[in-house]
Amino acid sequence: MSKTISIDGQSVPFEEGQTIMDAALAAGVYIPHLCHNPEFTPHGSCKLCTVKVNGRNVASCTMPAVEGQEVLNDTEELNADRLALTQMLFVEGNHLCPACEKSGNCQLQAVAYYLGMMSPHYNHFYPQREVDASHPDVILDRNRCIYCELCVRASRDADGKCVFGMSGRGIGSSLVVNSASGRLGDTNLAVTDKAVQVCPTGAILIKGKGFTVPIGRRIFDHYTIKQIQTGGGPHE
Amino acid sequence: MDRPETPDIAPLLTPILAHHGHDASKLLQILRDVQDACHIIPAGAIDLIAVHLGVPRVNVEGVAGFYSFLSTRPVGEYQVLFSGNITDQMLGQDDLMQYLCNKLWVESGKVSEDGLVSIAGTSCTGMCDQGPAALVNGWALTNLDRNRLDLIGELIRSRKPVAEWPPMLFETVDNIRRADVLLGEALAPGDAIRAVLARGARKTLAEMDNSNLRGRGGAGFKTASKWSFCHAAIVEEEGHVICDIGGHPERFIVCNADEGEPGTFKDRVLLNSYADLVFEGMTVGARVVGAGKGFLYLRGEYRYLLGQLEGVLKRRREAGLLGDNILGQADFNFDIEIHLGAGAYICGEESALIESLEGKRGRPRNRPPFPVTHGYQGRPTVVDNVETFACAAKIAAQGGAWFAALGTAQSTGTKLLSVSGDVSRPGIYEYPFGVTVRQVLADCGAEDPYAVQISGPSGTTISWKEFDRRIAFEDLPTAGAFMVFKRKRDVFDAVRNFTHFFAHESCGFCTPCRVGTALQQKIIDKIHSGHGTPSDLEELKRLGHLLKTMSHCGLGSSAANPVLDALAKFPDAFERKLAGLAFEPAFDLDGALETARKITGRDDEWAHL
Amino acid sequence: MSERKIRLATCSLAGCFGCHMSFLDIDERLFDLVELVEFDRTPLTDIKHCGPCDVGIVEGGVCNAENVHVLKEFRKNCKVLVAIGACAINGGLPSLRNNIDLWDCFQEVYQYEGGLEGGVVPNDPELPLPFDKVHPIYEVVKVDFFLPGCPPSGDAIWRFLTDLLAGREPKLDYEQLHFD
Ligand SMILES: Cc1cc2nc3c(=O)[nH]c(=O)nc-3n(C[C@H](O)[C@H](O)[C@H](O)COP(=O)(O)O)c2cc1C
Ligand code: SF4
Ligand code: SF4
Ligand code: SF4
Ligand code: FES
Repeated sequence: MSKTISIDGQSVPFEEGQTIMDAALAAGVYIPHLCHNPEFTPHGSCKLCTVKVNGRNVASCTMPAVEGQEVLNDTEELNADRLALTQMLFVEGNHLCPACEKSGNCQLQAVAYYLGMMSPHYNHFYPQREVDASHPDVILDRNRCIYCELCVRASRDADGKCVFGMSGRGIGSSLVVNSASGRLGDTNLAVTDKAVQVCPTGAILIKGKGFTVPIGRRIFDHYTIKQIQTGGGPHE
Repeated sequence: MDRPETPDIAPLLTPILAHHGHDASKLLQILRDVQDACHIIPAGAIDLIAVHLGVPRVNVEGVAGFYSFLSTRPVGEYQVLFSGNITDQMLGQDDLMQYLCNKLWVESGKVSEDGLVSIAGTSCTGMCDQGPAALVNGWALTNLDRNRLDLIGELIRSRKPVAEWPPMLFETVDNIRRADVLLGEALAPGDAIRAVLARGARKTLAEMDNSNLRGRGGAGFKTASKWSFCHAAIVEEEGHVICDIGGHPERFIVCNADEGEPGTFKDRVLLNSYADLVFEGMTVGARVVGAGKGFLYLRGEYRYLLGQLEGVLKRRREAGLLGDNILGQADFNFDIEIHLGAGAYICGEESALIESLEGKRGRPRNRPPFPVTHGYQGRPTVVDNVETFACAAKIAAQGGAWFAALGTAQSTGTKLLSVSGDVSRPGIYEYPFGVTVRQVLADCGAEDPYAVQISGPSGTTISWKEFDRRIAFEDLPTAGAFMVFKRKRDVFDAVRNFTHFFAHESCGFCTPCRVGTALQQKIIDKIHSGHGTPSDLEELKRLGHLLKTMSHCGLGSSAANPVLDALAKFPDAFERKLAGLAFEPAFDLDGALETARKITGRDDEWAHL
Repeated sequence: MSERKIRLATCSLAGCFGCHMSFLDIDERLFDLVELVEFDRTPLTDIKHCGPCDVGIVEGGVCNAENVHVLKEFRKNCKVLVAIGACAINGGLPSLRNNIDLWDCFQEVYQYEGGLEGGVVPNDPELPLPFDKVHPIYEVVKVDFFLPGCPPSGDAIWRFLTDLLAGREPKLDYEQLHFD
């Protein structure tokens, strides 16, 4: 008999070593998430995946599933709090979706749609962040970075390169690249690297591929991120 | 980004790298030394360090960018950092800082044109009982006033090396005002260790258990349980308990001397005058969990203690109380190394502290696993507060029952309080747990007390109505800070100071705290500038909820405490600052036109709002 | 239905009139709309100042002093204020200039760009004075409802308006909610 947890009353099986998020995704239960990608070590920074376990909030992407856990996920309160976190991510950076190649395929935007975000609510920081177009094939627009560190993890763990890293702290955190000049073009990043593929937002984009999919045929034009990430939508 | 031209950095780096054995886990220590030598971490140094330590450049840059005492932009040859705690502010810190700036012709936060001096603020330096305080090139200055600043200004202008400044400027005192069993009754070095060796590790753990000692760093976790979890981790790994035999090189005892909570300075006094007791406690812990190596993580602000602490360690080694075969016991090897922090409150959080010990950015880890199973280098590690170890030494020597007889049922023993603010006798007060706030206020000569900040910004604000509450885990738990505010003070100023503190110290890892503390600061500043509205207060409560419930670690989850407490207990402090009921813009409309007015030279009616 | 028509005003601040264009995309439903509403200040009526209204719809962000005057007039006169489109909601494309120093903007326009005589920065009080940065309207006045999109589609606008006019909390279908 496999072990189970309950998520919003639904019994969800899990194997030893799985997190609540792993178990949920395997069972087709959607827990909103941004910094999590099943291919990489859980990170736990965006906090969108927060669920309530026995009355306490935990990040489901890092919390091991334990027999008998009663998990609350799709509740009004949690979704309201997740929406607030999403809004924080919007005002912290500079997200001008109409001018962003990722629009329609962006997970940050899609989560915002899923949570019904009508405005960013908070006052904007309008930070000054650098755009790095020095690489022949890849563009890095820090205005859209949400510090999920997927590129950091992918470059380190999948590509064996450590092209990306974090510097600064607090609201002054920043994404840095592994070259003395600080320019992406001077790193050994290749367009085929996993690090280039994993960005959930439009912060890392491949040059010359923008707007190739017309509006109406982009990933999230007709399918919610819930459908896509739990296998309910079409495959890319 | 422009890279400042640096002279050949290699000759300077070579000895620093050699001194730290080209060890990547010493990265933070290496960068500290570079900063000392160059008043900047030059980009060229980052390249070279990365190469020599064999780590990616981004990692070095990441560490250099994280700690506030490291900078990738030049600071002055003399860097003066004024302690920014509310108690320093109440003693006139703002004016004094401005005074020194004027004197030295430098703007705060900038470097003078000749590169000689830079002046800025920093988080509490732990000298609240003898403030206003500051750091000059990392060395603690106390009791600042205009006379002293005149002298300091002269010394800087004449380029006198800090080492040659008059010692009087750096004098610190313990200010022990009330001593009980911990501070009052001496323990001869080695007594506790002898008792452990006589009794055996297992029974010592039982004594710890009987003592019911709870961690003094804030969370109040039962120390014996932590130690035995570490045990359990070892049992799981090795199949049997191997305490009582040899110091295992891959098990660690860490003493948390980060003491970053504003208003807290009791660990400073313990390390200054009771270092033997603390190291003794660490050694007791080492015997109990079979650890071979200990670290003292000393906050950068206390670097002035480093020399004397190294001296104590040396003396203990010579006395056979540290090193191999402690007290002649063939299988008892344990030694202690001191790591210096570099200005990051978050590094007091135990898992961030471990990251920092490993030479990384101080980012709290995901838990589980906890440090007791996966700590330093992924190995079982006990992290305890300075005072906890001091208590542990006492318990090892005098038994658990003796300790448990002091204090209250859930809070045994005594507690050191760091008392500061509007009192006539600031300093350290040791009381058995259970003492009332009123008693402490009477003893320290509090003048017309109105509010007390218990356990620092992350703790609890209490009002004059609550002075009969007790210092104890059952009522008011505390890591030691006790900041008193008299009636004349504006509680809002304290709240504002604390929100700035949290925004400055947030590590930036998780969304709610990284953005939430910054938003909280913006709203508080808006209210401060006279543009607050009731909807801003609602927004603060909502942010408070998000910080409390969604944050990754204790910093974020307590970052709204001062705001929420003050809103509940001192609503007037906010309400009298509100602009009115109507909506107020988020930013200063007229101010946002200033640049354009300058550019166009306009000052007509339509150029203002 | 109430006997009195709902009075509606619209304006464009730092926007491109795209949202207004999209508004016209409700096509023949405009006829249904005029059954329900009468227009106060809008680009359609050419009324210059907003009078007392039930609903005000504002396109565009706030980029200069004049925008603030117009916006405040709307807020004062409209019982319900709606921010329509990306620019009103987060500054939108005009806020791309937020990354550029205002000095540089002026220089670029008045000094380096050809065709302007003299190359001097004008100081005519008639010209609206720009802010350091472009802001969404909710950072200047209280906003009751948001209708995102760049622009929102005619369908989204219609759905939103019919909900609003019927006294329902406006709610968009998934495919009607987008930020671009
Ligand atoms: C943001 C933050 C800062 C902390 N700072 C300190 C500190 O400076 N000193 C300390 O002993 N504990 C500090 N702690 C608590 C530690 O995480 C940990 O609980 C403590 O060191 C355990 O020791 P104890 O059981 O002896 O109290 C801090 C916790 C947080 C969340
Ligand atoms: S990254 Fe996503 S949310 Fe940000 S601007 Fe691009 S599409 Fe919009
Ligand atoms: S660039 Fe993309 S993947 Fe990397 S941290 Fe930023 S948002 Fe995440
Ligand atoms: S709560 Fe704050 S300090 Fe803690 S991990 Fe999150 S950002 Fe860092
Ligand atoms: S998905 Fe779990 S914290 Fe980001």
